[in-house]
Amino acid sequence: MTSCHIAGEPIQKVAIFGGTHGNELTGVFLVKHWLENGAEIQRTGLEVKPFITNPRAVKKCTRYIDCDLNRIFDLENLGKKMSEDLPYEVRRAQEINHLFGPKDSEDSYDIIFDLHNTTSNMGCTLILEDSRNNFLIQMFHYIKTSLAPLPCCVYLIEHPSLKYATTRSIAKYPVGIEVGPQPQGVLRADILDQMRKMIKHALDFIHHFNEGKEFPPCAIEVYKIIEKVDYPRDENGEIAAVVHPNLQDQDWKPLHPGDPMFLTLDGKTIPLGGDCTVYPVFVNEAAYYEKKEAFAKTTKLTLNAKSIRCSLH
Amino acid sequence: MCSLPVPREPLRRVAVTGGTHGNEMSGICLAQHWLQAPAELQRPSFSAVPVLANPAAIAGCRRYVDHDLNRTFTSCFLNSRPTPDDPYEVTRARELNQLLGPKASGRAFDFVLDLHNTTANVGTCLISKSSHEVFAMHLCRHLQLQYPELSCQVFLYQRSGEESYNLDSVAKNGLGLELGPQPQGVLRADIFSRMRTLVATVLDFIELFNQGTAFPAFEMEAYRPVGVVDFPRTEAGNLAGTVHPQLQDRDFQPLQPGAPIFQMFSGEDLLYEGESTVYPVFINEAAYYEKGVAFVQTEKFTFTVPAMPAPIPAPSPAS
Repeated sequence: MTSCHIAGEPIQKVAIFGGTHGNELTGVFLVKHWLENGAEIQRTGLEVKPFITNPRAVKKCTRYIDCDLNRIFDLENLGKKMSEDLPYEVRRAQEINHLFGPKDSEDSYDIIFDLHNTTSNMGCTLILEDSRNNFLIQMFHYIKTSLAPLPCCVYLIEHPSLKYATTRSIAKYPVGIEVGPQPQGVLRADILDQMRKMIKHALDFIHHFNEGKEFPPCAIEVYKIIEKVDYPRDENGEIAAVVHPNLQDQDWKPLHPGDPMFLTLDGKTIPLGGDCTVYPVFVNEAAYYEKKEAFAKTTKLTLNAKSIRCSLH
Repeated sequence: MCSLPVPREPLRRVAVTGGTHGNEMSGICLAQHWLQAPAELQRPSFSAVPVLANPAAIAGCRRYVDHDLNRTFTSCFLNSRPTPDDPYEVTRARELNQLLGPKASGRAFDFVLDLHNTTANVGTCLISKSSHEVFAMHLCRHLQLQYPELSCQVFLYQRSGEESYNLDSVAKNGLGLELGPQPQGVLRADIFSRMRTLVATVLDFIELFNQGTAFPAFEMEAYRPVGVVDFPRTEAGNLAGTVHPQLQDRDFQPLQPGAPIFQMFSGEDLLYEGESTVYPVFINEAAYYEKGVAFVQTEKFTFTVPAMPAPIPAPSPAS
């Protein structure tokens, strides 16, 4: 049996972010709970730091104060000269970069888990930013297998123009954890339980890796973003059609050309055009109305990871 | 039993309000649509006026700007002298009172239907002041009979001694339509379509009444609040747990003493310690966290609604 594997350094510094969007409550309350009592997230040899990223938005129970914190961790924003005139989130991003980064440097945290909720019916979702990251593909494979039969899908946001500069991107291994459906400003016990399990399995994986376990080659199915679809709008820019009842709540399910997509206020159905089956995600996410996104089209593909083993063993 | 006077003449001045809370999307979208295309609100004997109740909150997609508009229609807010520092919603409530009221006067609108959504699993909930609102009770009965599959529940909000504070209380008769669950800021096609159909049926009922229909007495079952229960909190006032999975989504179902109601972050269950069965409503409504309400405890009761005679046709306008 070939022992061609990637030898990685042990993972040392891990952070768990909550409240990047102040009204996505599961992460807020998990992090607040772990700040009081962190036993659940400790593993031997590992430093796991829970952290509230946008405290002012959390206090107001709003997504953000001036601008979306999860879109501005690009080098331009991180490098701006600090001043009171900068939007609150840009100043906060620089503080976070200082504490957990700097982005693209040797000193940055190894792994950051960023906890989110969505109003879309996406269930447990893991968000991947790099299709060639063996370590994270292995981690995601482990989490999915451990959660089964509870479904857990992987959303790949690698794309030349649609990829966005997330809070977690300052880490060497950024992991997005998204669980829905949950309304903004609501904390559901079932959703809390699911997110808690995802974190538990993720930390168990890291612990096993650090202890020298070899993870054989594996493959996972992922959904890769192709494009975003806006709502049909009228001349004034107002929304002129609703997500069709047949598409509502059908995240991750195939949508074929000709299938209903939107329903106008006059009762007309607007079908999916083109000639490809797509897999919609973030269907009817509340926060995306202003970003002009009714849903994102994805394509299904398989990613392979080589075997990995921690290099200290 | 003391009932309030029923309308003796046809109802002519009718309004449908959306966006009393700026992030409850079904009513907002409907009112915006009707402002462009009002034909749907027209009936032979009257036309309902669509109103966007809280434009600034709607623009910001938030529940309110300074103060919950649907708590602002008390005489204290409506009748005190305006000042430049007044909260936005106080000023707006006075404007709406001028447009649709004045509250408790002979000039007030005949009927206001106020459209709402909730994150709680209330299904189709009809909200009226009390069992003495005879016209509203007959209307609720009509909706229940037209749509048995919806299981419309009637919620009577007024507590004794308390003045009404919500928008539809400025008119002579009113009803709140509360549909859930729907997240704030989200427009679901199924909920939107159901609300649109219910509004049409309300207007159809008013037309039926106006055309000279009498309605017989009947027995009605409804829910009225007997208290509220807050989330478990830490000393600092932060949440220490949330609604238990066995209570979540079970609006209008009986809650027995000893049943779990909260799940703490540390894992244990908190049990309901009341002495009798209650019917929780508005379980885990996002907007009620800041009001200290995890759910409203209600009691179920039955009462007789007296017959409602047909209206006397009004004299022709030419005289």
